[in-house]
Amino acid sequence: MASTTALSPEILAKYEPVIGLEVHVQLQTETKAFCGCSSRFGAAPNTQVCPVCLGLPGALPVLNRRAVEFGALAAMAINCQVRETSIFARKNYFYPDLPKSYQISQFDKPLAEHGWIDVPTPNGSKRIGITRLHLEEDAGKSMHDGFADSRERTYLDLNRCGTPLAEIVSEPDIRTADEAYEYLARLKEILLYTSVSDCNMEEGSLRCDANVSVRLKGAEKFGTKAEVKNVNSFRFVRAALEYEIARQIEVLESGGRVQQETRLWNANEGRTYSMRSKEQAHDYRYFPEPDLPPLVVSAAWQHEIRANMPELPEARRKRMVADYDITEQDAQVLTGTREFADQFEAAAKATKSPKRVANLVQGELMGRLKAAGLELTQSPISMRGIAQAADLTESGELSSKMLKQLFDHCFETSEDFPVVYEREKPQQISDPAALETMIDEIIAANPKQVEQYRGGKKTVAAFFVGQVMRLSKGQANPALLNELVTKKLDA
Amino acid sequence: MTTAMTKTAMTIDDARQAIASGKTKATTLAESFYQTIAAEDPKINAWLSLSRERALQQAARVDAMVTRGDALPALAGVPIGIKDVLTMQGAPATAGSKILEGYQPPYDATAVARLESAGAVLLGKLNCDEFAMGSSNENSAYGPVHNPRALDRVPGGSSGGSAAAVAAGMAVATLGTDTGGSIRQPASFCGVVGMLPTYGRISRYGLIAFASSLDRVGPFTHTVRDAATLLGVLAGHDPMDATSSPVPVPDYTADLNKPVKGLRVGVPREYFAEGLDAEVRAAIEKTLDQLRAAGCTLHNISLPHTQYAIPTYYVLATAEASSNLARFDGVRYGYRAPQADSLNAMYRRTRDGGFGAEVKRRILLGTYVLSAGYYDAYYRKAQQVRMLLTRDYLQAFSEVDVLLTPTAPTPAFRLGEKTDDPLAMYLADIYTVTANLAGICGISVPCGISKTGLPIGAQVLGRHFDEATILRVAQAIESA
Repeated sequence: MASTTALSPEILAKYEPVIGLEVHVQLQTETKAFCGCSSRFGAAPNTQVCPVCLGLPGALPVLNRRAVEFGALAAMAINCQVRETSIFARKNYFYPDLPKSYQISQFDKPLAEHGWIDVPTPNGSKRIGITRLHLEEDAGKSMHDGFADSRERTYLDLNRCGTPLAEIVSEPDIRTADEAYEYLARLKEILLYTSVSDCNMEEGSLRCDANVSVRLKGAEKFGTKAEVKNVNSFRFVRAALEYEIARQIEVLESGGRVQQETRLWNANEGRTYSMRSKEQAHDYRYFPEPDLPPLVVSAAWQHEIRANMPELPEARRKRMVADYDITEQDAQVLTGTREFADQFEAAAKATKSPKRVANLVQGELMGRLKAAGLELTQSPISMRGIAQAADLTESGELSSKMLKQLFDHCFETSEDFPVVYEREKPQQISDPAALETMIDEIIAANPKQVEQYRGGKKTVAAFFVGQVMRLSKGQANPALLNELVTKKLDA
Repeated sequence: MTTAMTKTAMTIDDARQAIASGKTKATTLAESFYQTIAAEDPKINAWLSLSRERALQQAARVDAMVTRGDALPALAGVPIGIKDVLTMQGAPATAGSKILEGYQPPYDATAVARLESAGAVLLGKLNCDEFAMGSSNENSAYGPVHNPRALDRVPGGSSGGSAAAVAAGMAVATLGTDTGGSIRQPASFCGVVGMLPTYGRISRYGLIAFASSLDRVGPFTHTVRDAATLLGVLAGHDPMDATSSPVPVPDYTADLNKPVKGLRVGVPREYFAEGLDAEVRAAIEKTLDQLRAAGCTLHNISLPHTQYAIPTYYVLATAEASSNLARFDGVRYGYRAPQADSLNAMYRRTRDGGFGAEVKRRILLGTYVLSAGYYDAYYRKAQQVRMLLTRDYLQAFSEVDVLLTPTAPTPAFRLGEKTDDPLAMYLADIYTVTANLAGICGISVPCGISKTGLPIGAQVLGRHFDEATILRVAQAIESA
């Protein structure tokens, strides 16, 4: 099974992959799940620790209410039912960065169950079930590299121990690597909207494992699954899953059987490796955590938590399409983050044409961001700047050519649009004589419109203003121009 | 009747009075206890470490308060010893195990801190069965404790050092812990008072866990009044222990001498069956007569699931222990086996060499009962039986106010007598484990002496958070 490139599309098409994802997301509480230590990322190793998160003999966990609230809010956002009573359990295994040799997690009575999210697919929206969301604590970090004696020693940083996590387990409803990608993207978006996590994959705030199996199309039974660990980047989700799907198909096609095992995705080599077989699988010996009483999230508390639910991306997109007369595609881009959508809506309320703002984002901003390798949140041009540009274009004060030049300028100097516009804006022509010459020229060239105007259709004035503005390359003083056009036409 | 063999039987009030009146200084008193320890402990082996510097600093603070004429707290200058499963900042905490050799915790257990804030002078740490697993104190990695009443006998366990230290006059009082009888049984064997408070009454923060749902901290004292005083200092909610209770703490000494007339005393027939030593039975029957004479009414009751208590206990306690003791892996503190060439070899050799036989036996048992495929048959079933055992008590307490039973089936047995027979050793806890499973409170109070001079204890069991009533009954037994 060395190469997985040899499979023809016909062979691949015989099979149907079945994928379930387990996503771990760090909840951004101020303090850890069971003690008062800060859970901030990036502190010097082993400086954010205490007897509790170090698991020192005699220390006991006390549950952080905020972690429960964040977990429950996330659960509600993905349509889960929050259990009134959930139970913490110990997951027992030995590893040096797990100081108690057990992880406090939840097992048969998780915080929340029975949820779903809708994801876009080529065949329309598809509902992916969510089995459960449960709370647990993170482990520390083993540092195998980067020290002079790394050949003989592993170092431990236990700052991360006890950081609260929500584990979100999907149903095996995902059928393609693309769906898996979309599921993750939607999930991340929802979690970001609820502000329970920063979902930063680089810092490990969002981590993903995948359960993958394949079966012949039409078969009822699931195939034997492999768990692929370490699928920790959006860039690699598709690659890892596609590799694993092809690997399993190749095993079956060559007459073999897929082994139930845990595999590790190696992003550098673009392949998965067997980590441990079913026989080597841990028996975690879950049992109820005797140091913590059952967690009761009463109806009243759930109500309180739900009160903090923001408008979620899907609903927001629908509303924005209706409110601002923009396309779904526009709404998709504009709701990329909650902050961005907030900025858009603030700008849209102040601008004459929200649609034009949306168009500028799509037509002028996104391409430049992509070329510069920037995220939306890193854009030099603020939404306020885009709104200003939209209004200037709308009034004809800014030609589209000039707008492009000014946007380019913004990206070159990392300045926002209003700053650049103020400095670079074309000199206005405020000389009445010069403007009148141009107006005369336009009036002479458009007798039909003049006739319309004089026949009583006063709105045609805007046509003349636009034409003169274009002729002046946007430099005509708009107020003066308006005044003079009316005067000439009425003359 | 309990003090016949002790050199000193100084009570908390004695010590406090002597200090408050200026008859002695707290520092002098502490020194005199260290002298007694130096003289007596070579025969008994109750102490694992002494915290002389910390004790004398605290005693000096108390002396300064006396000099200034400050109001003195409840335990001002009272010398107290701590079972070595509770943490004291900067003092070694071995839990009687080699695997914690050299480990010094960076924090105080809540119980330890509360004693000290009440003025107690903490003398040091006391020997016990390794990780509190045992009924004879013969499982300590630091040698067995000898019973001060009869040096060839065990002091009971697992808090053997705590019981022996009080019995031998090496401390006015001590703290022990009780997971299945580890306070009450040694109290009975050594002829002192030992109390098991209700689960959640005293914080477990800083108690090195054996079985978290069963472990409790409690006092050893010469008198029932001292037990009430200590309980008052130790009890109460602790924000560091999610299982500690917010139930208000009464003044346990207030009603201590209130007549017991009219109290209903239940006598569970299952506790007077096969295996009960004749002298113990006679002593308990005499105690029942005394209570009747004092105006209590006696009621025969049944706790029908009693026969399942020992197996239930050993499934649940070992399951929790297998997890609680998993952190002793040689990675961060304590003993690490030398020359292991892989991570797994380091784990294996550290835990093989660091733990004693009984601890390993229980870890294996506990690992087994939680394993995939066995969980339902053992752990889950045992949890169900635990419910039934609890219901037995709740039913009984709807009919009576307290239960009176023997604390242990026999007086102290000989060192080595049961070390080759773990099952016989487990049965030494037959009258005590059920209270741990049910979460109720209990106390062992001396009630007689065998023909060979060995103490016998009576156990009074009471409702959840009704320590006041069992203390009152125990006081009546003590005064009879």
